[in-house]
Amino acid sequence: MEQPEQEVVAQTVSTNLPKLETTVKAPSQTPGTAIFDVRNVSIYYGAFKAVTDVSLPVYENEVTAFIGSSGSGKSTVLRAFNRMNDLVTGARLDGELRYRGADLYAKDVSPAAVRRRIGMVFQKPNPFPKSIYDNVAYGPRINGTRNKGRLDEIVEKSLRGAALWDEVKNRLKQSGLALSGGQAQRLCIARTIAVEPDVVLMDEPASALDPIATLAIEDLIRTLKENYTIVIVTHNMQQATRVSDRTAFFSVLTDSKNDTRTGILVEYGATQQIFEDPEDSRTQAYVTGRMG
Amino acid sequence: MSAVTKADPATPAGSARPLSKARPLGDRAFALLALVAGLLVLVILVLIVVSTAQQSTSWFSTAGWSGIFSTVWNPATNQFGAMAFLFGTVIASLIAIIISVPVSVSIALLLTEVVPRRWSQPIVYVVDLLAVVPSVVWGLWGIIVFVPWVAPIYASIASGVKGIPVLDNLFGTPTAGASFFTAGLILAVMITPIITSLSREVIATVPQTDKEGAYALGATRWEMIRGAVWPHSQGGVVGAILVGLGRAMGETIAVALVMGSSAEVTSHLFAPGYAIAGVIVNQFPEASGEFRAALIGLGLLLFVITILINLTARGFVERSARRMRGTS
Amino acid sequence: MTVVSDRTVDLREPGGWRRSKNRIATFVMWFAFVATLVPLVFVLYTVISKGIGAISWQFLSGSPIPPNIMPLGVGGMGPAVVGTLIITGFAALIAIPLGVLGAVYINEYGGKGWLAKFIAFMADVMTGVPSIVMGLFIFTIWVLHFGYSGLAGSFALACLMLPIVIRSTYEMLLLVPNQLREASYALGATKSRVTLTVVLPAAVGGIVSGALLAVARAAGETAPLFFTILTVEATNSNLFSGANTALSTQIFVNAQSPYVGAEARAWGAALTLVVISFLLMIIARVVTARFTKYTR
Repeated sequence: MEQPEQEVVAQTVSTNLPKLETTVKAPSQTPGTAIFDVRNVSIYYGAFKAVTDVSLPVYENEVTAFIGSSGSGKSTVLRAFNRMNDLVTGARLDGELRYRGADLYAKDVSPAAVRRRIGMVFQKPNPFPKSIYDNVAYGPRINGTRNKGRLDEIVEKSLRGAALWDEVKNRLKQSGLALSGGQAQRLCIARTIAVEPDVVLMDEPASALDPIATLAIEDLIRTLKENYTIVIVTHNMQQATRVSDRTAFFSVLTDSKNDTRTGILVEYGATQQIFEDPEDSRTQAYVTGRMG
Repeated sequence: MSAVTKADPATPAGSARPLSKARPLGDRAFALLALVAGLLVLVILVLIVVSTAQQSTSWFSTAGWSGIFSTVWNPATNQFGAMAFLFGTVIASLIAIIISVPVSVSIALLLTEVVPRRWSQPIVYVVDLLAVVPSVVWGLWGIIVFVPWVAPIYASIASGVKGIPVLDNLFGTPTAGASFFTAGLILAVMITPIITSLSREVIATVPQTDKEGAYALGATRWEMIRGAVWPHSQGGVVGAILVGLGRAMGETIAVALVMGSSAEVTSHLFAPGYAIAGVIVNQFPEASGEFRAALIGLGLLLFVITILINLTARGFVERSARRMRGTS
Repeated sequence: MTVVSDRTVDLREPGGWRRSKNRIATFVMWFAFVATLVPLVFVLYTVISKGIGAISWQFLSGSPIPPNIMPLGVGGMGPAVVGTLIITGFAALIAIPLGVLGAVYINEYGGKGWLAKFIAFMADVMTGVPSIVMGLFIFTIWVLHFGYSGLAGSFALACLMLPIVIRSTYEMLLLVPNQLREASYALGATKSRVTLTVVLPAAVGGIVSGALLAVARAAGETAPLFFTILTVEATNSNLFSGANTALSTQIFVNAQSPYVGAEARAWGAALTLVVISFLLMIIARVVTARFTKYTR
């Protein structure tokens, strides 16, 4: 899908906004298919309402970033996409969350099947205590692929896709635990794309890495976008501007009367627009650093 | 990955199964298997009570409460009172505890407070070696080597305390190599490893900050142990001691060989005695009918006692662990 | 210009009684350790010196076990060695998988539920059940209906081993980091897959070493076998029917016999049993040292 890319050099639109140092691309005017359709979703952990009334579409082959302060529910919403919240006892979802038209939370939906299409990369790299080869081959193996030749192909393709092949091709039998932080995270990414998912979710994938490894991951994300849809939660606003097409800004809503906090979606739009010309004042306050 | 259009959005490459598919059968079967294995523990415990009670009903019904706890044990006249054996088990175990606890707790303190990590290995090995020697070997050594060696020692102690009020009752004649005290001694050696390792676990969880606080106030090591370690770990150590007590009461073979076989209630520790486990093992082969029912009933009694002791012990350990988690 | 203070700072140890108490305490602790060395060395020395004379290939494999009155050279302990190996081996075959599965239930499936916690608690309590009770239990529930056999002995030993394996496996599973489970779930694995392909392999070193220690304990047990296998003289390699014998019960019987030959055989059997237990313990240590780097 070719999109006309407009390179826009950031200018100060209003005197309140700082000069953005990075180039922000504007996504195509007509977004592709909506992969996820989130409608009025609220998520509860037991009695605690973590996130209230979130609605947004996520589009195919785009990188969508979730930003916001701690406790605003970004990770909670992200984990709802691949039903990882199910692992927490008492987690519940109200509203509708559709993936390519199918209701993800319908009664007869198998979470394992969901996760084979919607993969996840975690904040702290968590390779299995197995060899590099076995780490990447794990997903295809549990999906039934036994043929050694086929597995070899998949492993090489995935490691290439994660920009790790050249570094490890001669030591595939070495333990995955022996890799450095940045390499380990790329291994986890290779492992995730080995099952050929539709979507890759990333929960602060670079926050545990050093700056150089972080840039490598960001380059990788831009490449992966061509074949996958990516949703990324990040604390780093520059990162959001560097990699994402669309950005959703979440915030915490405090109800001092009942002493409750819950996360809400404040604004969602093209990344360029969110950072340069936000509509909501809370968004403006956050991106200019007035809030945390 | 080539830009291949996915045929059916609900079916990804590499898997023929559609999105909506309930939990696969294999997964549920495994969960069930795990549950059954877990429940097995409870089932076995219940069955133990049920089947031994069943086999000992004739003893309970003929002897009644007074008969069961009488001190007369005479198979020839069908009298099966358990008191002598209860007494023997309790006395031998108490002796074992009195001897073993100071030793075990000292070693546990040695390992956690005195010896640096690197040098603790040999001491741990010694304790483990003590644990791995099978009880029948302790019994064999006990009866063939230790009993003959210790008999004259008892005799000389007995003659030494002759006439002295309390000591004569405890350590005076009659004496024999195979006696309460010998059993207690060997039991002490056998239960030391478990008390040591459990105490060590408990003491190791005392928060480092408390210990450092005591040192920072200029305390010597002993004062630090008394002031910072002991208050935290006393509950857990008591639990460890109770576990050791349960072990001592249940120990069969070594006791059967070195305690003698005299079903008497006596205060003389150097005299022969008889423990519950000992009498069961020694008299089972020739027993039948009500005799056997009585022996099995004794086994049930032992089971109930050790379960109660272990429940109390775990209760202590749990409480102490919970309190320390709260403070750390 | 520096000012020199006239006061001297006293940095010596706390004096008098405090120091003595500390010294005494340390001395007592070391004395306790030495006190445990004494019986250990004594026993090992006796077993080795008295037993080594009896050990020979004939002793370990010869059959049948002669009557007590016979001197050392006649017959051998073959039946007992075979008995110990097959009875303990079968008990391990029953107890280890069930124990691991039970621990898997408690840790992976039970969650925070009351049942899992109750089972864990009762498994701990069950480790304190005397081995003689297990023997009586299998006697009443199996032997009375199906007769004495090596199988009954295996059942009794398995009952003894089960809570030990559950406890040690459970502690190993607790050490496996949760992120590994999460990564496996995120790749679309079902719970059973996660457990079998990631959690258990990560904990396998500790599980094996715990199981070996349980086997070592079972191999040395006498009371459970006493009521279930009866002690015979000839080798019975059929586990499922007919009475059997084992090193532990044989030692017990011989220990009470006045004959020199029987006593010598008892020492030989004791040495054999001790060596088996030691070997298992050493292998368990090696496994812990080399295969548990992930869950230590």
